[in-house]
Amino acid sequence: MKTIYVDNNATTKVASEVVEAMLPYFTERYGNASSMHSFGGGLVVDIRRARTQVADLIGARPEEILFTSGGTESDATAIHAALQSNPDKRHIVASRVEHPAIKTLFERYQKNGYRVTFVPVDGEGRLDQAAFYDSLSDDTAIVSLMWANNETGVINPVDDLSREVRARGILFHTDAVQTVGKIPVDVSRNGVDLLSMSAHKFHGPKGIGALYIRKGTKFKPMVVGGHQEGGRRAGTENVPGIVGMGRACALAGENLGDVGTRVRQLRDTLEQALLEVVPRSMVNGGQAERLPNTTSIAFEYVEGEAILLMMNEYGICASSGSACTSGSLEPSHVLRAMGVPFTAAHGSIRYSLSHYTTREEVDFIVDKMPPIIERLRSMSPFWKQAAEAALH
Amino acid sequence: MWEYTDKVKEHFLNPRNVGVIEDADGVGEVGSLSCGDALTLYFKLDADGRITDAKFQTFGCASAIASSSALTEMMIGKTLEEAEKITNDDIASFLGELPKEKMHCSVMGHEALEKAIACYRGETVPKPEGNVICECFGITDRQIEATVRDHHLVAIDDVTGHLKAGGGCGKCHENIQAIIDQVQGKPMPIRSEAAPLTNLQKIRLIEETLEREIKPALHQDGGGIELVDVDGNRVMVKLRGTCAGCKASQVTLKETVEAKLRELVAKDLVVEEVRS
Repeated sequence: MKTIYVDNNATTKVASEVVEAMLPYFTERYGNASSMHSFGGGLVVDIRRARTQVADLIGARPEEILFTSGGTESDATAIHAALQSNPDKRHIVASRVEHPAIKTLFERYQKNGYRVTFVPVDGEGRLDQAAFYDSLSDDTAIVSLMWANNETGVINPVDDLSREVRARGILFHTDAVQTVGKIPVDVSRNGVDLLSMSAHKFHGPKGIGALYIRKGTKFKPMVVGGHQEGGRRAGTENVPGIVGMGRACALAGENLGDVGTRVRQLRDTLEQALLEVVPRSMVNGGQAERLPNTTSIAFEYVEGEAILLMMNEYGICASSGSACTSGSLEPSHVLRAMGVPFTAAHGSIRYSLSHYTTREEVDFIVDKMPPIIERLRSMSPFWKQAAEAALH
Repeated sequence: MWEYTDKVKEHFLNPRNVGVIEDADGVGEVGSLSCGDALTLYFKLDADGRITDAKFQTFGCASAIASSSALTEMMIGKTLEEAEKITNDDIASFLGELPKEKMHCSVMGHEALEKAIACYRGETVPKPEGNVICECFGITDRQIEATVRDHHLVAIDDVTGHLKAGGGCGKCHENIQAIIDQVQGKPMPIRSEAAPLTNLQKIRLIEETLEREIKPALHQDGGGIELVDVDGNRVMVKLRGTCAGCKASQVTLKETVEAKLRELVAKDLVVEEVRS
């Protein structure tokens, strides 16, 4: 059975160009970049090249890029550095729809005596800007706002927000894990001080990410015990990963146009076709500015896990905001923060496309989805009632 | 991804007995949209009181649908008295196994069955006794206590898996842990010689220990125990069920009952069996 992969916000296929670029670093060039001999030490050149490729994709300078193990570590490193460098400030601001890497981290800081404001969003997932600006104070050490939401794809106006926040002398961090490689990111045009990214979200390998640290930003390392990365992150460099991430960044830059146009059209086609054929369905955050590859569609009166497992029978891979898929019993905190009713939140499916998604795949999904929803609704004790109510 | 057994997957992809029985003899509705799962169960009886047909409608995940399907298969052909004995564990075993996070799906099936039978008899299922601990899912301390005891649960996650309790906002986790500790006997005071018990305290503590620690274990083997009297350090008990007349009962008495009472009440207790 062919796999139809529309779960690219979870992870992506590693591009063959990236695999090719990495392979020599497992076999012939396995040295340690810290060694005195040129066999190992010579690798600093390769690392430097990769660092430049990463910097180029986001409009940064190479020395502003710190390699980490991925998005979660980048987030934790950024927040740790900001709070350690500003020990007098005890207030943090984020939104209610942050990724668990930030949400859970901040809940922990909250337990440790920090004051955390989780700013609400509207029904479309857009930040309540008035509440956001109201929450800032002299005590605020850092603002952390995701650039684009992983579940809905809703984009925060980070360029404007970061400039405003920076003007008030407050550090601005953004989790751009879902953004880099999907829409243009240019830190030279905004006020972002710290930015997290992860290679496996744009056809790079897993286990490698980066943190952008604007030049001049005070920094305290979280991982110590070595001089690597200029003493900002100890540990032997993951050379194959770093090289792979560099190559993936270069490729992502080349493919941004395709994602912004062709992939966007495919996403729109998928969305419109499903909304048209499946009654009582809607797009979560559909009125907001969104990533071109993501759509979160709520199918009312059915449960997400059941939908996913039926899709799985056709080889279609996607995700759900349903409670049952996560092992928790509450549906996605993102959809709940947006006020999506339970009837819809439990049955929300996220389709996330990529540069490799084809028209045929989208057509296949459009063909298979309606009968799946219809079948599950025919089993649901609520459906008939709801359908009848809608007719009156 | 959940590790579902082939049987769960099969019952999910090809559920048996989906639908409505318009002239059903019993109907049981449980769950709600906000909870994330709901089940309506119908059955029809023949003249001899045997279930000839059962149907269900379920909103929920794969294991909820599979549990409902399994339940209807198990019910059909049974008398009401036989069907009544189906437990949530039976539903889970029928399906091979359910992930522990999904045990509540089988519990939902069991509750629907209880309600459908009560509906037929014109009774209502009594509201669960006790005080609500988990406000998100309306689960009481008594329900949690009984589930922890019956299924030998040791962690909050297990309780959530069975009852959903604690699966929402999480505010009740401390209270759930306290119930687990209580059932597992952790906070039961181990008496020191320095603080001798009054007779009344001693009797109460013996009763509590029998109830919490000993009876559940004996029940598993179909046995039982009853406190007759306490005289000084002599604890007189009567054995019930399969324990009475069992050759191993003297061993049970000394090694289980006496040991536990000595551990949790007083070191000098001696347990004696009273025969009627």
